[in-house]
Amino acid sequence: MMRLLRIGVGLLLLAQISLANAELSIEIVGAGEYQIPVSIVPFGGDEKLGQSIQKIIVNDLRRTGLFRIVNNAGRTPHQPDQIHYPDWQSRGVEALAIGMVESQSNGLIKVRFRLLDVVKEFQLTGQIVSSNEGEIRAISHHIADLIYEKLTGDKGTFSTQIAYVNRVGKRFTLIVADSDGYNEQNVLTQHEPIMSPAWSPDGSRIAYVSFETGRAAVYVQSLYTTQRVLLANFRGSNSAPAWSPDGKRLAIVLTRDGGSQIYLVRPDGSGLRRLTFSGVIDTSPNFSPDGKFILFTSDRGGRPQVYRMSVDGGPALRLTFGGGSNFSPRHSPDGKRFVFAHLENGGFRIATQSFLTGQMEMLTDAGWGKKPSYAPNGKLILFASEARGRGILATVSSDGRIKQNMFPQKGDAREPVWGSNFPIQ
Amino acid sequence: MKRLLISVALLSLLAACSSNKTKAPTEDSMSSNTKSSSTTSQVTAPSRTTVDPLSDSTSILAKRSVYYPTDVDTIQNSDKRVVRAHASYLSEHPNRNVRLEGNADERGSNEYNLALGQRRADGVKKMLELGGANANQLDSVSYGEEKPRGTAHNENSWSQNRRTDINYR
Repeated sequence: MMRLLRIGVGLLLLAQISLANAELSIEIVGAGEYQIPVSIVPFGGDEKLGQSIQKIIVNDLRRTGLFRIVNNAGRTPHQPDQIHYPDWQSRGVEALAIGMVESQSNGLIKVRFRLLDVVKEFQLTGQIVSSNEGEIRAISHHIADLIYEKLTGDKGTFSTQIAYVNRVGKRFTLIVADSDGYNEQNVLTQHEPIMSPAWSPDGSRIAYVSFETGRAAVYVQSLYTTQRVLLANFRGSNSAPAWSPDGKRLAIVLTRDGGSQIYLVRPDGSGLRRLTFSGVIDTSPNFSPDGKFILFTSDRGGRPQVYRMSVDGGPALRLTFGGGSNFSPRHSPDGKRFVFAHLENGGFRIATQSFLTGQMEMLTDAGWGKKPSYAPNGKLILFASEARGRGILATVSSDGRIKQNMFPQKGDAREPVWGSNFPIQ
Repeated sequence: MKRLLISVALLSLLAACSSNKTKAPTEDSMSSNTKSSSTTSQVTAPSRTTVDPLSDSTSILAKRSVYYPTDVDTIQNSDKRVVRAHASYLSEHPNRNVRLEGNADERGSNEYNLALGQRRADGVKKMLELGGANANQLDSVSYGEEKPRGTAHNENSWSQNRRTDINYR
């Protein structure tokens, strides 16, 4: 009886905590062709923490669609010598994660974690991670990243951050959150629109467009000090900031000289230099990973299409052809493709195109998919979408197989962008 | 040794994350709200002396918006009289200023739509100048698709959102 009660209380607490933290609710559609069967055993000492490390890891892995999570069926090894491999082999488990949490007197927690190959019966990796107790989610994401990298060969992105704009009525909030939507932090709240957030390459600053002066103006804000610079507030509209990979300059769009034209500027507002001279609409610039080229949208040929030019100026090369219009191009992290929003017959679809072959590939069905950006490992694409009459965040795997919708608690989610940096490890 | 390094690195990263991020510099941004909200202008109460034609609801000057077909920024023939009337008024009232606010429907990227709305507002600005208004009476901005009048995904909403507003201040 006593025991039942304790479990009940524990569950209740957990439920409340996840409600309080769940700024986005998530649903997943589709799955990878092959899913790696993996079991994550609840960590020893986990139950004393406010949140379950195991649950956070399971949710991270599940969202990728690449893993089949096998229940631990009451078996709770915490150390290698407690593992009876045949139990796990008989249930088809290929990899097993175990661990222990130790709360220390100085307020820190120490998490010992091991990932084991069940088939070959040996340890794939192991780490001791320590931090203060308030950072359980970060520790869990870090462990999930290790598991993901070990089992797929690609770097995990669970510890990365996203930014987006939440519109509730007439209130706009620029939000920075973990890639799973938790740990939401408000960067700016106001009753005028906010657009086009853009992460600096090191993740320490964010550029965005705010209408608080009565016109679209570009700001650069430090996330650590909240200090901010009004980067461009010329007459007309100032918009579409994009960072160079070295963080030393930004491409922005100004209308001060007629048309919407792309300019380069340093993050402190100095060294402004005009890059395009079309006199029409050139917007949504994006630097190539090597910093040598800029992709952008232009209607110089009639309909809006994607073009590429050198950051040193010169002619622009048109990259997208065919029916419809194409917007918001962004390079893949390896620089081999770009993702964009394709509008045709009244519907938006997220699409990619290879620089080498020029082949266009549709990743989503016709709808309201806009503003795509790659995860730092290039495996997922985050974009703005719509479901049940609301603006939501969505991801699609770069092969188009796995889709995920993330609903904000209130209002519409808009203008999402995935942070371009991996966390320092 | 390697393990120790990892835990230390993570620690410092986390400390950086948790420190100061959440504070939003809202103070100066909130104060600007009042600026951009007003549209109507009541100059003088109607009396036996002069009536400002701007406050005459039957005047063509009561029309303060021009509308566009999809992805078009040129002023339509049906709206040219309206813009010309405002140009005449502005040339006769050099102390009056207007703000031209371009808008676009949602079918385009937010950034492209901001540019399209700006081009619409700039087009009205140019026609007002040609009609006799002085450039320093005019300011043109764009809201793109950020402040839609109609929010449904249909032509009825979109046609309302493809417009430039002529706002006297």
